[in-house]
Amino acid sequence: MEVISFVALAAGLIIGLGAVGACIGIGIMGGKYLESAGRQPELMGELQTKMFLLAGLIDAAFIIGTGIALWFATANPFLAQIANLPK
Amino acid sequence: MAAQGQASHAPTAGEYIVHHLQHLQTGKQTGVVDMSVMNMDSLFFSISLGVLGCWLLWLAARKATSGVPGRFQAAVEMLVEMVDSQAKGIVHNAQSRKLVAPLALTVFVWIFMMNAMDLLPVDLLPAIWHQAGPALGAKDYLRVVPTADLSVTMGLSLSVLLICLYYNVKIKGLGGWVHELFSAPFGDKWFLYPVNFLMQIIEFIAKTVSHGMRLFGNMYAGELIFMLIALMGGAFVFSATGIALAIGHVIAGTVWAIFHILIITLQAFVFMMLTLVYVGQAHDAH
Repeated sequence: MEVISFVALAAGLIIGLGAVGACIGIGIMGGKYLESAGRQPELMGELQTKMFLLAGLIDAAFIIGTGIALWFATANPFLAQIANLPK
Repeated sequence: MAAQGQASHAPTAGEYIVHHLQHLQTGKQTGVVDMSVMNMDSLFFSISLGVLGCWLLWLAARKATSGVPGRFQAAVEMLVEMVDSQAKGIVHNAQSRKLVAPLALTVFVWIFMMNAMDLLPVDLLPAIWHQAGPALGAKDYLRVVPTADLSVTMGLSLSVLLICLYYNVKIKGLGGWVHELFSAPFGDKWFLYPVNFLMQIIEFIAKTVSHGMRLFGNMYAGELIFMLIALMGGAFVFSATGIALAIGHVIAGTVWAIFHILIITLQAFVFMMLTLVYVGQAHDAH
């Protein structure tokens, strides 16, 4: 029981903290992109490619975390370990 | 989908997910790295999608005209031009680009197609295999998204690493590259050699691992979310909650599938761009 509740808390923390970081990152980058596009509209196309590339990079850690957290939440691997422990 | 051993009861949510996360393997995997086991489903889907992608591009190239292009030819031309202009911007060596630009195009098309397997209904192929697999004497496991398999993505990123090493040696010469390995980030002083070498090795490992993990993580999380959405519909019964869940299934599935179109394209693009960047770095002399 204890393990289940700890894993649930951990999954929430993994997703939540990851989302905070990724959202701040994307927000700052998007804001800077709009700023620079306003200043030099002729660079917009070039910057857009780079922005999408960076969006993919920023998202990666968060999405990996989400995948792991969802895996823990739905198919908890620690329960099997506990079941295998010698009584 | 019945869990392992044809359990008679309906699978619980956990059993459903665990069953769907099991590869069709040639043996039982004993460790994190087990070279004797092959994931037949990933191999089958990745190779057939690779062949399909080559065939599609070949079809466009064979029928190419210099006159007014058809829609298909125009689409392929746009794709090739996009990859070519990215390659020109990153790899400043016309000789290397003859190999690297087609490589980037292959990587993009192949990974895009493998990722796009995620957009098939999550239970479509496994349900077919549920009937066909045991009839053929195989286990009732099937995962349709090859890039949600760490073996595939790490294989891709390791191939990129090998190409980087090849270009390092080719451009700088073996001596030049070894010199760079020991003197690159901090400077050419004898007491800095161990630190420099350590940094270079860490850089290579971190680049390769993050390259493969990024694609894997995105696709794995995406697949898992599709499964969770499928579970919502699976809980359908004629009650207020059951009907609400089924409606939620349709809405959430649609929204996530649309968002996923962005993700699969973006991840294929990111993988291609990083391949170019890493090969481009192999061309820079410090």
